[in-house]
Amino acid sequence: MTPKPILIRDGRVIDPAAGLDAPRDLLLRDGQITAIENPGKIKAADADVVEAKGLIVAPGLIDIHVHLREPGQGYKETIATGTAAAAAGGFTAVCAMPNTIPVNDTPEITRWMQSPDRGASIRVYPIAAATRGSLGEALTDDAALKDAGAVAVTDDGRPILGDAIMLEALRAAAKLDLPVIQHAEDTRLTGGCSMNAGPLAFRLGLRGMPIEAESGLVERDIHLLRQVKNGHLHVAHLSTAKALNAVRAARKQGLHVTCEVTPHHFALTEDRIGHYDTNAKMNPPLRAGADRAAMIEGLLDGTIDAIATDHAPHAAHEKEQEFDRAPNGITGLETALGLAIQILHLQHKMPLAKVLALLTTRPAQTLNLKGQGSIAPGAPANVVLFDPTEKWIFQAANSRSKSKNTPFDNWEFQGRVRLTISEGRIAYPPLID
Amino acid sequence: MALTKATVRKPPQKFSSPSIFQQPIHPGSAISASDFTVPDVRRILETADVLEKENPFRRSDRLAKRRIALLFYESSTRTRTSFELAAKSLGADTTLVSSLSSSIEKGESLKDTGITLQALRAECIILRSPYSGAPYLLAQATGLPVLNAGDGMAEHPSQALLDLRTILQFLKIPASKVTEKILHGITLTICGDILHSRVARSNALLLPKLGAKVILCGPPALLPKEAAAMGPGIVIERDFEAALHQSQIVMMLRIQAERIAGLEINLDDYRSRYQANADRIAAHAPKALIMHPGPIIRGMEITAEVADGPQSAIAQQVHNGVAIRMALLVRALAGAKKVSRK
Repeated sequence: MTPKPILIRDGRVIDPAAGLDAPRDLLLRDGQITAIENPGKIKAADADVVEAKGLIVAPGLIDIHVHLREPGQGYKETIATGTAAAAAGGFTAVCAMPNTIPVNDTPEITRWMQSPDRGASIRVYPIAAATRGSLGEALTDDAALKDAGAVAVTDDGRPILGDAIMLEALRAAAKLDLPVIQHAEDTRLTGGCSMNAGPLAFRLGLRGMPIEAESGLVERDIHLLRQVKNGHLHVAHLSTAKALNAVRAARKQGLHVTCEVTPHHFALTEDRIGHYDTNAKMNPPLRAGADRAAMIEGLLDGTIDAIATDHAPHAAHEKEQEFDRAPNGITGLETALGLAIQILHLQHKMPLAKVLALLTTRPAQTLNLKGQGSIAPGAPANVVLFDPTEKWIFQAANSRSKSKNTPFDNWEFQGRVRLTISEGRIAYPPLID
Repeated sequence: MALTKATVRKPPQKFSSPSIFQQPIHPGSAISASDFTVPDVRRILETADVLEKENPFRRSDRLAKRRIALLFYESSTRTRTSFELAAKSLGADTTLVSSLSSSIEKGESLKDTGITLQALRAECIILRSPYSGAPYLLAQATGLPVLNAGDGMAEHPSQALLDLRTILQFLKIPASKVTEKILHGITLTICGDILHSRVARSNALLLPKLGAKVILCGPPALLPKEAAAMGPGIVIERDFEAALHQSQIVMMLRIQAERIAGLEINLDDYRSRYQANADRIAAHAPKALIMHPGPIIRGMEITAEVADGPQSAIAQQVHNGVAIRMALLVRALAGAKKVSRK
């Protein structure tokens, strides 16, 4: 059933793609944006009307790095619950990582994840495994995976260490215009490690991951990329100044290297671990202050292409363990916008349009997501409405995610999502019948 | 129908309990040496003196029939026995749960084991764990006072306190005189496998609070430079003999063979540089007190002559363990039985 048309009246429309920041009316019909006009210009008697005065109307947010845990780990999250959390956070598209059980290394699983039977509230773009089983040995069938809807390939969480196989992956993907995403961690240097290396790790008696484990692999990958015509390397969840500088230098030389940073890496430092709180344990780990500052700098100067959450739900019993034993990862979909506004806009004075670009237009460009990240006539009706001044408190207990493993429980944020519309349908919040 | 604010349903609000990691820790716990204030330290040492001298029959009334659980995920001789003797001397009922004879082996989590002990009406848990930070989790999960009997590479606070008692006895300083300046001018060298040592961390956090200078000594593979950033009053000296020259107290640590997999350590070279042997001690620290938390590996970090020699305080350290642990148990169980949960 096609949804009823929606007329969004008199909101402050910010479309980073078009450089638009002005009061506008927006008409959504048949899943598309059909008109953008000055306030009062659009007449649509059959439309539901949303009064958006005082609200920001932006392209639906896009998260290019989430773990939805299906197939295989529905006790942590399902595609339905993960996308419900995403919609509550203002997202209309997420890219789902392939470290599912089994690994998403086939067109069948890629299609299964996108089936309407999964009950997704918003668009899910699968990212497929770069190698079979993510074992780092034999390449997957990129062409078939792309055909089935995969937008990139990666062995996220199990970095591709072998030079030859990484080079092969970059070459194969380049022919299909697909990015290769690398979780940059030289696992030969991080065995048994559960946090960032340095004085705090020493003090806590935990083994630390050196910065070089990240930067070394980024440098290696950049070196390999030079040998690939039209290759595109995307560095996932970058967390160190040293790796960021490697990306910066490679880009200056004209290489197609992009990168993302998570909200927790620009909002927190390793000090958040406190008394071994596993809700501050993730990979890459929270770093020291200088690296966090470098992430903010990279966001401000444009080196970083996207804010991506690395939403990684885990059940309470898995996180309520000794620090070394608990799995890596935190949820992030419902706090990403709030953190971006608080840290980047309010604290570091980044214009709101630029903040939104890092959550919309630029991630869409980075992974080449057609039709996403802009408010243009004819584009899919993916829109978020939020109140930029309303303060609210995030409570993990109220999260739509199945898991509550967040370091941001009870944080106060400014900028509350009021309405998320995905392809013309209201994805958040639920409506009264 | 107009889609206004009124028609958009507010989601139902749930208020579940906060994360386990936000739960309070019982103030009678002893998890990190850094938690003790100088008055805390003085009180513990004074209590240890009182309890040690007390008539054993009167003493056994102090915690008569209180239930204390020893939860040991790692083997231990000294610490376990001395905690157990301490608890029994105070009249408490004790039970030992160890990894080789319990549901731990079947995969029960630390939280569930803690809740089980609590249901058995344990009032205090003494924990040894191979995982750094485990005592915090147990304390947060149960609300009970938790005494840390060694957690991973992190801390061993009761050892630091018994070491302090040994040092004060050597210096003839009574417990009542303990202030933040009482060890001013005293230098202690801790030599050996600092990286893997919870004893080194707890001592390095505790002794500078009383004004002592702590020199950490060892090769870079066992003593990374970050160690000096642990707190004030800590320096690194790679030259053992130079460190000995400055020290009134020398604490030797064993190389933890079970934890050094992958590190490049030449043991012959190590011995030649860092072993406490009779010639070296006679030449560079002839009057120093020689300590070792045990277990000692004779012929490796320390020779038999030194370990058994007149400067050695190794037996005295073990002896002091019981009094200190009695004091920690009284401190844990004297006040509130349980912290209130949020």
